[in-house]
Amino acid sequence: MTALFGIAWRSAWNRRFTLALTVLSIALSTFLLLGVERIRTELRENFSSSVSGTDLIVGARTGSTQLLLYSVFRIGAATNNIQWKSVQALSAHPGVAWVVPLSLGDSHRGFAVLATTPDYFEHFRYGNRQPLQLREGKPFAGLFDAVVGADVADALGYHVGQSITLAHGSGELDVSDHADKPFTVVGVLARTGTPVDRTVHIGLAAMEAIHLEWIGGAPMPGLKIPAEQVRKFDLTPKNVTAVLVGLKNRAAVFAVQRWVSTYAGEPLMAILPGVALDELWRVVGIGESALLLMSALVALVSLAGLVSVVMASLNERRRELAVLRAVGASLRHVLALLALEGALVTLLGVLLGVMAAVLGVACLSPWLQSQFGLTLRLSAPTSNEWLLLASVLAAGWIASLLPGIRAYRLSLADGLSPRI
Amino acid sequence: MSLILSAAALRFAWPGAERPCIDIERFEVEAGEAVFLHGPSGCGKSTLLSLLAGVLIADAGQVRLLGHDWAALSGAARDRARVAHVGYIFQQFNLLPYLSVLDNVLLPCRFSGRRMAQATQDGSAHAQARELLARMGLDSSLWQRQAMQLSVGQQQRVAAARALIGHPEVVIADEPTSALDEDRREAFLDVLLAACAANRSALVFVSHDQRIAARFSRHVLLPEINRAALAVASS
Repeated sequence: MTALFGIAWRSAWNRRFTLALTVLSIALSTFLLLGVERIRTELRENFSSSVSGTDLIVGARTGSTQLLLYSVFRIGAATNNIQWKSVQALSAHPGVAWVVPLSLGDSHRGFAVLATTPDYFEHFRYGNRQPLQLREGKPFAGLFDAVVGADVADALGYHVGQSITLAHGSGELDVSDHADKPFTVVGVLARTGTPVDRTVHIGLAAMEAIHLEWIGGAPMPGLKIPAEQVRKFDLTPKNVTAVLVGLKNRAAVFAVQRWVSTYAGEPLMAILPGVALDELWRVVGIGESALLLMSALVALVSLAGLVSVVMASLNERRRELAVLRAVGASLRHVLALLALEGALVTLLGVLLGVMAAVLGVACLSPWLQSQFGLTLRLSAPTSNEWLLLASVLAAGWIASLLPGIRAYRLSLADGLSPRI
Repeated sequence: MSLILSAAALRFAWPGAERPCIDIERFEVEAGEAVFLHGPSGCGKSTLLSLLAGVLIADAGQVRLLGHDWAALSGAARDRARVAHVGYIFQQFNLLPYLSVLDNVLLPCRFSGRRMAQATQDGSAHAQARELLARMGLDSSLWQRQAMQLSVGQQQRVAAARALIGHPEVVIADEPTSALDEDRREAFLDVLLAACAANRSALVFVSHDQRIAARFSRHVLLPEINRAALAVASS
């Protein structure tokens, strides 16, 4: 048998270009399968990690998906606001540990502006209950201070000390500018891979201040209140868009939810973020199955390519196997030779593909992050990925055995004289 | 003289064929003799060689190698017996192109303990391989070359050296000269016949080329002993 290994090795070396093609083809399909699978899981992970550590999100009565979309993903707009006294009543509830009011509606060069309290930086969590971190500066303290997300800072080149102005609404029309009351960037948040990265954060009082002379979504003609005079006014917000709620005891979540929905002051609703995220994913997740289907097709095509590459080199081998048979290699030897080579080639291809996938994730993740807001992380393969690797290995081995078995049958039929 | 190969009441038909391809009452090869087996193409020469070498098994009758019936052996045992006692030379493409000339000659020793043992009887297997290559007129500068770098004539001589290493009782050659021109054919026959005689190996040499018949001690015209071929010819 040891004689066979030496011969197998030199035979493989003799066909190294064909074999290298085969290895590359397997590596490519492994790379694509792993890449698509990683993107798929991270997409879901990114999605479900956009908010965590928050027990309830409270807003005016609407659909739960809609509330989630505007409060967490900054998509769409609230149809109704919550009165400030409802927020106060909620924070006074004995089961509630903390509330973080959110006020949305303005924008800065296409990025959403979120007015909130400094508690936001303390209580808001994303991913696996990770707190927000500042990569530069500090949370806002002064009235016209702003803290920007990582994408905002990177896209617009902002650092601490930058002066910015906000636009009313989504800002496309540029007619209703808050240019008279500029803000100063005092902090830049570290990257989270969530919508926080694409948000400009200001204080609730500041939101109130820039809208002092506004009524019903438009500035009152003739009325101008300069920035230095706004402190003379009462800057307590009159209403907010949504409230993030943390409970003292998670077990009370349904009791508090019921309390909110039966609140007498105004019609409110409370959603559990995890449940609402799952509901939303069921809509968005169709794309996920499409990705999976695509990667399965990719694998199928590359395995077909693999078979054809091996088949093409078969005639060359037919002669070789006949010679081996004539000098005493038994059929068992021949079969072992073919199976061994198939296994090694497949293994090599899969290893190469895994290396390419790791390298690809390492090199491409900053770009994916900045272009698509998708965070890819290097981590040990998931059970799904192990399964994929195992099936590529099995399928590749079987695919390389098929021509092998054909060669074996030919060498049986040929006897000692190959008919070529 | 002892019998190396003997076939008796041999009948063989290819699967799916209507009539048999081989129907031979008696065919024997004695130790050390050089048999020239000839006949037109299609008369069953290659099939008979496969039966003699135990690659194919007869439908009826038997083929014995050194008194052992091929049919009585298992597949693996046939493989072992074949490499232990039979050297084989193809028409062409005899060598593994990626091995050196010397390694190609040593191949049967790697797969058969008996061939290895007999090759090392007087020295080492390498020494015998070198001796055989020298006898075949191959210059020692060629021995470490890869087999694919050799000319066709040189390759056939390497194949002959390989068939002879470890003193197999019989060498079977299936038209080994058909790819050679006349000068090379004569030179090849010279060294092959001399080496077989020195080795005391019987030679079964198949060819359709009558011009070389004179070089052999015994001639067998296959259509004369193969009744299946006669039937085809007369019909």
